[in-house]
Amino acid sequence: MTIETTLPPPAPAAPVNSALKVENLSLAYVVRGIPRPVLRGVSFEVRPGESYGLVGESGCGKSTTAYAAVRYLPRNALITGGRILVGGDDVTKMNDEQVRQFRMHHASMVYQDPGAALNPTTKIGPQVAEAFTVLGQSRRTAEESALKALKRVQIADPERVLQRYPHQLSGGMQQRIVIAIALASDPKLLVLDEPTTGLDATVEASVLDLVRKLQAETNAAVLLIAHNLGVIRTLCDRVGVMYAGKIVEEGNAAAVFESPQHPYTLGLLRSLPRHGVRKSQRELSTIPGNLPQIGTNLPTCVFVDRCQIATDLCRTVEPPIVDTGRGGWTRCHYRERLGELVEPAARVGQETVSGEQTLALSGVSKTFHQSGHDVPALVKVDLNLYDGETLGLVGESGSGKSTLAKTILGIESPDAGSSLELGDHSLAAQSAKRPTSDKRSIQMVFQNPDSALNRGWTARHILARSVHKLTGLKGKAMNERVDKLASDLRLTQRHLDLKPRQLSGGLKQRLAIARAFAGNPQIVVADEPTSALDVSVQAAILNLLSDLQIKSKTSYLLISHDLGVVRYLADRIAVMYLGRIMEIGASETVFHGPNHPYTEALLSAVPNVDGEVRQRILLEGDIPSPANPPSGCVFNTRCHRVIRGLCEVTEPPLVEVEPGHLMSCHIPLEELGRLQKLAAERRETLVTPPSPDTTTDVPAAVASEETPAPPSPPA
Amino acid sequence: MDLPATPSPLARVAPTTPGATSERTQARRETLKVLLRRPAFIIGCLVMIGWIITAILGQRITPYDPFNSFSGGHLPPGSGHLLGTDRLGRDVLSRVMVGSRDVLVVAPLAAIVGVVAGTLLGLVMGFYRGLIDDVLSRLVEAFLALPVILVALLTLVVLGSSPLVVVCVVGILFTPIVARTVRSAVLSERQLDYVTAAKLRGESGPFILTREIFPNVLGPTVVEMTVRFGYAIFTVATLSFLGVGIQPPSADWGLTVSEEYTNMISGVWWPTLFPALAIASTVVAVNLIADSLQSVLNE
Repeated sequence: MTIETTLPPPAPAAPVNSALKVENLSLAYVVRGIPRPVLRGVSFEVRPGESYGLVGESGCGKSTTAYAAVRYLPRNALITGGRILVGGDDVTKMNDEQVRQFRMHHASMVYQDPGAALNPTTKIGPQVAEAFTVLGQSRRTAEESALKALKRVQIADPERVLQRYPHQLSGGMQQRIVIAIALASDPKLLVLDEPTTGLDATVEASVLDLVRKLQAETNAAVLLIAHNLGVIRTLCDRVGVMYAGKIVEEGNAAAVFESPQHPYTLGLLRSLPRHGVRKSQRELSTIPGNLPQIGTNLPTCVFVDRCQIATDLCRTVEPPIVDTGRGGWTRCHYRERLGELVEPAARVGQETVSGEQTLALSGVSKTFHQSGHDVPALVKVDLNLYDGETLGLVGESGSGKSTLAKTILGIESPDAGSSLELGDHSLAAQSAKRPTSDKRSIQMVFQNPDSALNRGWTARHILARSVHKLTGLKGKAMNERVDKLASDLRLTQRHLDLKPRQLSGGLKQRLAIARAFAGNPQIVVADEPTSALDVSVQAAILNLLSDLQIKSKTSYLLISHDLGVVRYLADRIAVMYLGRIMEIGASETVFHGPNHPYTEALLSAVPNVDGEVRQRILLEGDIPSPANPPSGCVFNTRCHRVIRGLCEVTEPPLVEVEPGHLMSCHIPLEELGRLQKLAAERRETLVTPPSPDTTTDVPAAVASEETPAPPSPPA
Repeated sequence: MDLPATPSPLARVAPTTPGATSERTQARRETLKVLLRRPAFIIGCLVMIGWIITAILGQRITPYDPFNSFSGGHLPPGSGHLLGTDRLGRDVLSRVMVGSRDVLVVAPLAAIVGVVAGTLLGLVMGFYRGLIDDVLSRLVEAFLALPVILVALLTLVVLGSSPLVVVCVVGILFTPIVARTVRSAVLSERQLDYVTAAKLRGESGPFILTREIFPNVLGPTVVEMTVRFGYAIFTVATLSFLGVGIQPPSADWGLTVSEEYTNMISGVWWPTLFPALAIASTVVAVNLIADSLQSVLNE
């Protein structure tokens, strides 16, 4: 194993005392007796009150770095060099008791899954209070402190929340409580590991707001790990871009995101669908190749194998640390040649939508029956899908997107009275009752390829079985079809002989897509097809999906919470809320506005990597319980443009407000356009106006943020 | 977290010849290699192999004829007889060496019966859920509530004791336990998306169960097999001790202990202790193997 001898980057001219200083940290995991290097000389520092983001693909070592900073490493981790200084103390040299004291007083951590970070059997009150009793407070003071802590993280009605169990709270509330506990000791260092992954964009935005506010109050240093570059851009002052256990570029967040100075950073940023680019305009850039396997020996420049401007020099001479101004630096020999990396050329004349209708849904409802209550998940949905188009389906979790997809696929059967028509005939409710031709026509790409592919089967077996079952082909004809599918998805013969776990995430998803295409489907339902993948892999998959669509004229029903992905791939977009379609229209129309207030709120919540300043709409609370939907327009409880006296009384119909654009809102389109333009100009922050019938001073957020109890008549 | 999920041993070995079979053998070889690095597994195997060899070679390697009297009985361990002699003057060492014969035939067979029946039941219960699962689960739970030894004792007394009956009774008693393990493995498998994908292309229930799910629950099944084998040794020895298992004049350990333990009061410990140690060593050895298998297959 080689221990890197690079000097840390030049220290700032006036040495400020830093809250966290990582110096040349090298770390290896011992696997079967062999140390496999994971960090190769990581150096950075975070000043008090500053937030520092680490970005990079999964497996690059960013989480290991974060966990090392609080000495929270698995047993087989071996620090092979360097120091981690928190407030001047070296964390790597502490004994167990010192580590305990250190974590108690100086550093805190917020984890990805707040549900797992809280004890499910203890009420919130004692859990938060415990964080204070540990610090030596008496029980009574600790309880008071807990109440204060909850107020600090902006939980409305904290007294009631203290009496609840974690599972009775929404994900956003749980994360607020984890943050409250983390801040109990007033730490110098707060480490956040993917704090908003798994939360809806609307909730994510409010959690990020909170972290920013609290950081300003406490002057803590924040170390943030996130795979979502938008989150990093929103929250961080400075970022470090990691690759294969090394920081390859560091600098001011805005500077790094706007003018990246390392080929890897540039590649990462370019693989994101940004600036409203669409599939018909151009392909997305990708970073060829994969992250090197953990423990392999790497050349002097760790990125060289995937770099398009690398030369032999990069393999033999350690790249210098080049100052890029404003305290930034990059590790690259050829910074001035970055201009040679160009984005893919524009596509022309690749429109696939033909106007023939393939799937027609009318009055599709789906009601689940849970412990004696009717929970409507879909309410009279009308939807058409045309040949060769992509229909994007967006909405918060719980809005009925997946139920709709499952109903189309025949996994869930719709309520009586619903009609699903494929081409000229109606579809049976259950997949099992559909003829093979219908099964062949509608296939699915799942979110998580690990779960969607049988781990005991080889890739070839997986494809061959689908081809056989859906097309009836056998023997040679079947094998030819398998080979054709594989080559369409750029899978090699070697890949076909491997089992899923031997394939990388991107290859697995390509295999899953190939399977969906086994019988030349008319419709492919893709449920979050790229959310389990890194951005560079995501770009490749999105390119592939649009290529396939051009070739085969397949229609896609794309479910995604990533609006960038939807915007890139979708021709039309349907926005769902509480099982109803609130708005549907051409992608550009919906994104550009004027759009439905809910769409407007969703769009404003997306953390943006381009750092645009927009108006903010704080969508408070969660989706109300579908079992007990609000009266009138179902969105009225959270709408920032609600018209009191109208919206909670009458449900607006879904009507065509302009050609091809349907919306369910009482406010006329022109008026919406005017209001939205005004808000954008003023960069307003909009919230739901208080409801007139709420006489208590409890904000609306409280009632709606709690997980709804079984339906009770509205107060 | 960016922890290196212990790189799958397979990932590093590129198949030299394409084809599922060579890859499968390679996978097995890798698993074996990992197993052989575990001292617990090696010790367990050595002990078991030792007992199997003595069982096969039997009288050919025993110092004396295990069924013949050589002295007045209860000679203490020492010069002539290394582990002493029993109440009829038979050599204890020789008897312990051949005492593994019956239990090593009966116990694995019982384990196999239990695991095969339990796996079938578990697969059906886990996959079809609904009424089938409800009815079968209640039956299984009712069965589990009965004390194993008591039921076995009663059945054997009624049916009369023969090795075949012992195998069947112990096997059936193990079935519900295995069924529950397999059922929970199937339950977690069936919610994976590949099952949905199979349904979407129109696969039948039995196909999904036997071809898609079963291979993926084979790991827990194999582990269950070894664990049950350990319990079977113990159960069969207990039944023999109670007089309803293996019948005299066999040198079976459980039987020997039951014949000799009353003499412990008069200070004659050796005819009881050594067969008892033999039982313990086999059960521990099997469990060492089972534990290693479990942790390796779960990796």
